[in-house]
Amino acid sequence: MTAEAPLHRRLALTDPEFDLIAEKLGREANHSELAMFAAMWSEHCSYKSSKVHLRTLPTRGPRVLVGPGQDAGAVDLGDGVACVFKMESHSHPSAVEPVQGAATGVGGIIRDVLSMGARPAALLDPLRFGPLDDPRNRYLFSGVVSGIGLYGNCIGVPTVGGEVKFAPCYGPNPTVNVMCIGFAPVDGLLSGRRGSAGDELLLLGAFTGRDGIGGVSVLASRALEADGHESRPSVQIGDPFAEKLLVEACLELAARGLLQGIQDLGGAGLTCAVSETAARLGLGVELDLGRVPLREPRMEPLEILTSESQERMLAVVRPEDVEAAIEVCARWGIAAGPIGSLRSGGEMVVTSEDEVVARVPARALADEGPVYRRPMERPGWLDQVRDDDPVRRPLPASLEDAFYKVLGSANAAGKRWVYEQYDSIVQGQTVFGPGADAAVIRIEGTVKAVAVSADGNGRYAHLDPYLGGAHSVAEAARNVASVGALPLAITNCLNFGNPERPEVMWAFAETVRGIAEACVALGTPVTGGNVSFYNESGGSAIYPTPVVGMIGLLEDYRLLVRPGFASPGLTIYLLGRTLPELGGSEFAEVVLGTVSGTPPSLDLESEARLHAFLRECSLRDLLASSHDLSDGGLAVGLAECAIAGGVGFTATIPSDGLGPHVALFSESASRAVVTGRAGRESELEALAAEHGVPMTRLGLTGGSQLEFTGHFAVPLADALVEYEGTIPRLMSAALVSG
Amino acid sequence: MKPRVGVVTFPGSLDDRDALRAVAVMGGQPVPVWHGDAGIADADAIILPGGFSYGDYLRTGAIARFAPVMTAVREFAEAGGPVLGICNGFQVLCEAGMLPGALIRNRSLSFVCRWVHMRAEGDGGEVLEVPIKHGQGQFVASPDDLAAIEEQGTVAFRYCAPDGSLDERFNPNGSAHGIAGLRNRAGNVLGLMPHPEHAVDPDLGPTGGHHVFQWLLTAAGQRVPA
Repeated sequence: MTAEAPLHRRLALTDPEFDLIAEKLGREANHSELAMFAAMWSEHCSYKSSKVHLRTLPTRGPRVLVGPGQDAGAVDLGDGVACVFKMESHSHPSAVEPVQGAATGVGGIIRDVLSMGARPAALLDPLRFGPLDDPRNRYLFSGVVSGIGLYGNCIGVPTVGGEVKFAPCYGPNPTVNVMCIGFAPVDGLLSGRRGSAGDELLLLGAFTGRDGIGGVSVLASRALEADGHESRPSVQIGDPFAEKLLVEACLELAARGLLQGIQDLGGAGLTCAVSETAARLGLGVELDLGRVPLREPRMEPLEILTSESQERMLAVVRPEDVEAAIEVCARWGIAAGPIGSLRSGGEMVVTSEDEVVARVPARALADEGPVYRRPMERPGWLDQVRDDDPVRRPLPASLEDAFYKVLGSANAAGKRWVYEQYDSIVQGQTVFGPGADAAVIRIEGTVKAVAVSADGNGRYAHLDPYLGGAHSVAEAARNVASVGALPLAITNCLNFGNPERPEVMWAFAETVRGIAEACVALGTPVTGGNVSFYNESGGSAIYPTPVVGMIGLLEDYRLLVRPGFASPGLTIYLLGRTLPELGGSEFAEVVLGTVSGTPPSLDLESEARLHAFLRECSLRDLLASSHDLSDGGLAVGLAECAIAGGVGFTATIPSDGLGPHVALFSESASRAVVTGRAGRESELEALAAEHGVPMTRLGLTGGSQLEFTGHFAVPLADALVEYEGTIPRLMSAALVSG
Repeated sequence: MKPRVGVVTFPGSLDDRDALRAVAVMGGQPVPVWHGDAGIADADAIILPGGFSYGDYLRTGAIARFAPVMTAVREFAEAGGPVLGICNGFQVLCEAGMLPGALIRNRSLSFVCRWVHMRAEGDGGEVLEVPIKHGQGQFVASPDDLAAIEEQGTVAFRYCAPDGSLDERFNPNGSAHGIAGLRNRAGNVLGLMPHPEHAVDPDLGPTGGHHVFQWLLTAAGQRVPA
């Protein structure tokens, strides 16, 4: 891009978008106005490429209190308690500056939940990186993990789950998603629809600086270039201490009824918060930039309008409450002051030093951005890759070697190295923290709890984006069901390459179709989410990477089922059917060296039956353990149960006409490994028959070996070392080689 | 009458609500105390809770010790009142000179959150399972101070193996002499890095924290007027 390019193009607006702005205004936009439109009409803020597809997602359900379109979604947990939750990406900033990029991602998602009047209660972080034999990938991985810890630990919100996966496509484009859940009284939810002309807009929190200018348009809505580090000034710096005070101040304001509404300042800064607040209410707004407290002198109006300085919130407050609101903030050491007010009509009028610097319809910014139905095309290479079914390949190693290879692959291996860097217990409600199928967070003062899981499988979506989308919902729901919870609703983050490329757009549409169908079948509507496009550099994109965050309800957390084998002598069962499905599996990638074939099939009715059965088992207390099967299939699933419980097993793997390696490593869906409560096996078997869930006795727990009868046996201690030692070993190489 | 246990909230305190809840679970009366207050609300015991007071951007606990309420806390301790500093609270007590030594970055240089075992010293050697979660929990002191600490027997808890034996492999942060918790000479001020307030509810895990709260509530109870 040359210096002579017109301003709008330098702001990442296209020529037709520039013309459309002129049409909306009836004149050519000035510099500040153009910057505002560039931010608000960016892919990141306007969803202009994804909107037509996202409209097909199911968003309604009896428990949905707040659906998509707000800062975060909310579901009704009963007894007057709402669970507020949302997932977002912070991949581009993290690629440029991993520590601060990830840290500010955490800060942003916490403010989204806070915006609904909820106390942030837990965080989950689904992450994707390139393989750890590359020092740059180790640098990004350790930086992102420490950034998440830096912010989450210091603000006092426990990080209870997530997932970490590795593939070469994520090397240049690490994918960092963050999810937050919070709780609020149902009647205390701030859904952003209150407020009337004359109400004051209070800016709370940090002063506004030059950090993060162009974050949404420059960083998040373009492919990363090789000179990505030059984008560093577009990354913001996080201050978790300031945000901790902001959280407490906002919750106190909400509890005292001093808020009409509140919105966080994230992407596109003041422009976004102010225009969306006004547009949502069908009102206009007067904004005086001279009243915005600044961190540095002589900031231009357009800088103040689009700065993404962190730890700021915009509150809508009745004039008579302004003084009291400022007092609450002062007690928490938070700066607060009016910067404008709502007014009738729909115009957003921005003044600076008594001069009008921008005058635009709020809705034109917030709601009337362009919507694209981008061309889609199924990629030509896909059929050939799908036809190469790994099941047809011979096993190049012994079963035992293959087992260790899969168990010790970076994807399947334990992630203790990651989650021990996160405070997972602060707030004192973590019944079940990281490392399990789903995290379980108690609702204070009740026996209810929320089970939450975040899942996605890029390899599956690469080979079949429809199935990839559907599997991400099914697996997240299965995880939640495994602990005994009822899956309620999802949020999601859809991470893709450049939407202007037809094959990326096709994969996106297919993924959304898969998510929609699975959500309908499993009764889990979508309450919101986030789309992250342009995850590519040098023409190479990430796998289509849908990540689903699932919320489930446990009516009584004391009935939750844990994944580990609890004691010797328990009968082990496989639930579900194993088919010859190695396409896109962990085994195929690390043992056969291929990412090919078709992902496992998915029968959503069988999946739903499995979930209902698991929940019924939990309510009747029939299970001693329960663990869903996914990456690495039955072999890894059994090993994980043994490692988690510290108890070995003897199991006979049913062949069902499959080769032993297929039976061990197939990733067929809708399966779980459970152990029954001693003495209640027949009741359990009868219930499975009643629910139409296939059930096979595998063997017994006990001993210090993992014995796959007739094939091989390995000491539990060795499996543990392989499982937990992989990531530390790869990362300590980083210390040696730099 | 239940002993009143004041829990100080500094800006950036995180485990203050957890400490208040634990006091109630253990049979005390929890009393919130604000950092800007001059007094401690007639409390019979004081807890300085975990967290990142003032963001801990300078040195951990270095600013909190100047909070107005700390004058009253110090006077309370000097008069023999029981004071418990947990994690950041331990760091504040060291910064305030109410306990010897200092807490520096973990030897691993990483934040660590996990369940550990610690042995109650000079107290039957009970082994307690409690969680730690800190980035700066490595206890250090000058050789003279360390010698004095050992000679006076003021080490309250040491990190240990599950069977209670002292083993450097079970020292999660590199603390000198495996020190997890420390008392002052008079014995009424106790600081420790592990979080007993997160180990009192059997539904959430082991209950190694009971030991610490029983000490605090007993000491507090002796101050409740009959």
